[in-house]
Amino acid sequence: MVAVEQQQPYIGRAMKRKEDPRFITGRGNYMDDIVLANMTHAAIVRSPYAHATIRGIDTSAAEQMPGVVGVFTGEDIDLPPLPYAWQAAGVENNINTPYTLAKGEAHWVGDPVAVVVAETLEQARDASDMIELDLVELPGVSDAEKAVQPGAPQLHENAPNNIVFSWNCGKKEETEQGLRDAEIVIRQKLRNQRMIATPMENRGAIAQYAAGTEEFTFWLSSQAPHVHRLVMAAFILGVPEQNIRVIAPDLGGGFGAKIFMYQEYVLVGWLARKLGRPVKWIETRSEANAATAQGRDHITELEIGATRDGKVTALRVHTLANLGAYLSTASGGIPTTLYGRMLAGVYKIPAIYCEVQGVFTNTAMVDAYRGAGRPEAAYVIERVMDLVANEIGMDPAEVRRRNFIQPDEFPYDTGIGMLPYDSGDYEPALDKALQMIGYDELRAEQKRRRESGDGRLLGIGLSSYVEVCGIAPTKYITSEGWGAGLFESANVKVHLSGKVVVTTGSMPHGQGHETTFAQVAADKLGVPIEDIQLKFGDTLGTPFGYGTYGSRSLTVGGEAIVRSTNKIVDKARRLAAHMLEVDVEDIEWSNGKATVKGSPDQVKTIQEIALAAAVPVNLPDGMEPFLDETTYYDPPNCTFPFGTHVAVVEVDTTTGNSELIRYVAVDDVGNIVNPLVVAGQLQGGIVQGLGQAMVEGAVYDDNGQLITSTLMEYAVPHADQFPMFELDHTVTPSPVNELGVKGAGEAGTIASTPAYVNAVCDALSPLGIHHTDMPLTAPRLWAAIQNATGDQA
Amino acid sequence: MATEPITKQHVSITVNGQKREADVEPRRLLVHFIREDLGLTGTHVGCDTSQCGACTIMMDGLAVKSCTVLAAQADGAEITTIEGLAKDGELHPIQEGFWEEHGLQCGFCTPGMIMTTVDLLQRNPNPSESEIRHAIDGNICRCTGYQHIVKSIQYAANKMAGQPSGDD
Repeated sequence: MVAVEQQQPYIGRAMKRKEDPRFITGRGNYMDDIVLANMTHAAIVRSPYAHATIRGIDTSAAEQMPGVVGVFTGEDIDLPPLPYAWQAAGVENNINTPYTLAKGEAHWVGDPVAVVVAETLEQARDASDMIELDLVELPGVSDAEKAVQPGAPQLHENAPNNIVFSWNCGKKEETEQGLRDAEIVIRQKLRNQRMIATPMENRGAIAQYAAGTEEFTFWLSSQAPHVHRLVMAAFILGVPEQNIRVIAPDLGGGFGAKIFMYQEYVLVGWLARKLGRPVKWIETRSEANAATAQGRDHITELEIGATRDGKVTALRVHTLANLGAYLSTASGGIPTTLYGRMLAGVYKIPAIYCEVQGVFTNTAMVDAYRGAGRPEAAYVIERVMDLVANEIGMDPAEVRRRNFIQPDEFPYDTGIGMLPYDSGDYEPALDKALQMIGYDELRAEQKRRRESGDGRLLGIGLSSYVEVCGIAPTKYITSEGWGAGLFESANVKVHLSGKVVVTTGSMPHGQGHETTFAQVAADKLGVPIEDIQLKFGDTLGTPFGYGTYGSRSLTVGGEAIVRSTNKIVDKARRLAAHMLEVDVEDIEWSNGKATVKGSPDQVKTIQEIALAAAVPVNLPDGMEPFLDETTYYDPPNCTFPFGTHVAVVEVDTTTGNSELIRYVAVDDVGNIVNPLVVAGQLQGGIVQGLGQAMVEGAVYDDNGQLITSTLMEYAVPHADQFPMFELDHTVTPSPVNELGVKGAGEAGTIASTPAYVNAVCDALSPLGIHHTDMPLTAPRLWAAIQNATGDQA
Repeated sequence: MATEPITKQHVSITVNGQKREADVEPRRLLVHFIREDLGLTGTHVGCDTSQCGACTIMMDGLAVKSCTVLAAQADGAEITTIEGLAKDGELHPIQEGFWEEHGLQCGFCTPGMIMTTVDLLQRNPNPSESEIRHAIDGNICRCTGYQHIVKSIQYAANKMAGQPSGDD
């Protein structure tokens, strides 16, 4: 008998990642690394206009080019439009989704209109240059405010004034009354600009069709391979699910953009069946900037009612959510459920009313982007807190404190239709952040510098956020317009060698599941972490799961693993009792070993039990062989991580340049499985949120021509724009799952955007500037400063 | 429509210590030669415009973005890609640093980041934090927020200087 050494718990340890060796040696397997025998290559021709009538497409010259296997346009393809899976709930949605290739009209720059398939990618691209597009340009509109005006260019017949839906939540009358009764009322308009997700790996898709068995195999850039298969089968190709296999290889980032069904994914499948050969399409960066789903893009009008002692009493919000030319897969739910219902933030606000109108424009589709709705909500409510503080001359930390939901009020119902917040204790996180940054000293220094007339203005910005994570409860989310389930799955097998394979429906793309999920399973089973391998990303061989987004992997997928391991341990105890010839009640289980109570030398290890289960010469009556358990876990609630971030900036009044001097983040993500991985998630999230505040933004001209079409124009953050961030935690375990985890993938992004904007606005407040829209680039701040001070350039 | 047959150009390039020869189209980018002709897919393509640095390799002792070099220009050159960095199964200290300090998440920018670091540390074995941040300014990472990458490089610099890693 081999005794298992007493091992330290893996949960809570900053373990380096199991997945890293392949990535640091260049042996990852990303989409473009995949080569199939007899494979062809697709190049897509896209509309150069934001809005155009397709009068004709002449493919004859392209067809004669060397290596060309086929050239197709929208008229050749007989598939239905893509599905729209998450509607704005309870209201009419004027649905328009794109065909595989545009038919009749092109609606945005990047709308695919034709495809060339050739033996090599170079041949496909050469031939695509020979396609002659006869397009008649029509007037276009890119701005949501302009798109809803009478006389604006209309995109779709069934959507008058380009309105997709008009949705609302909260208490209209109470809010209006609250605003009438308020001691002070503040009105503000905020723009939350459009973002391009920019995972470093662009999207790609490969399809192979086996005519003999009528089976498709897809390799897709997918955060949710089972969802892609479901949608492909049920709504597009009309073939049964079992005839479609979706494989997601290593993904070079996603940030939401790889959740959705895309035209190109469908296209390669249709082509592979049509041509009888595998077809590969790899997106270029300029295609990604034009055609991958984008994020945010809200124009919001606020009315805030408050008392002079800093209590927010009423909040009315009206938001235009620019959804682009068509509706992407989940686009209806993001600016409604995940935005409107999160507007209370960490505060007890008696009356909130929010109206959201989804709007069609001649721009790329908009869908979930890291945080998805929650960053937009946090931006609103955290700007609200600073606007109130500024108006009444109170410290913004104190205003937040006075409005916090109190720890004894959880589970807390905000009254605007979100599930109740699971647990929280907001003040300790604020206190810790203030203490770490040295808040009082900073305020004193700020005062000194203001009095001395220093041209480098110091600004301090706070952001006390909460987000909804572990996006699930099928019952809730379907009542909110989502058209499927939203559970997560896990299978755990202990093989006869004692090695463990954990199979998950979750889909890592940088988050480190291969390590953190193994830490969980190793602790629960009591086996060395080296003996655990995680399998994922292939619909053949993984149980149906909904994938990775919404910080749901550990909270929902991790809990599914815990439940499967619990079932394994339960069975192992029964088998051990049988092997040791005692009652199951006499078996103690700890650390991977079954021991007879009072007889510590009578012991069976999980490895021995697994062997006995796999070679079933002596099983109890009625017990099936093998330690192999599956769980489909649909949680009772979401989880609600929170925290406070503080940004310290300097703004140079002569140039408008703002610089981040320090950044403190105190996050409460519940219990932490791997502090190293959580730190990585938070730091990466913080920079992504700061990118929006500082430099990023998709730019279209008024007609919808895309200006930020490559990484030369679209600014993403670089390493030299940031100091080292100072991170700490408070720990308030979630009562929703056994691990007590809340989710950490989006917190940084949600918190950091308002922290930075609040800091810059704080710096500029002596000049009478109380708000400037993002991104806070030097030219924009310089102009605001010039405007405020009356100086001429 | 008839097109002129493309004249190919013969190149001989030493890649990770092995001499590799091929006839390539004049327009063939070095990154495509490495990835497709040699099957070394650790070098990645992340943009079309030389912004992202995912394709960074060492060529004749300098870090270059291999999407901005024609294969024909590399004729006669010595190249190291990410696959050539570990020797006899031993990770290079920079690779070790990225692993130890969680300097990667999705891993897509990582080969380019590591190759840029090779260049940095041979020029400047003891870089300050700001020198590190400046050196990797031509490499975009969308996952990590760069902080752990900076620490990975500090780890590697310490290790290569024979000092214990200064982790906090």
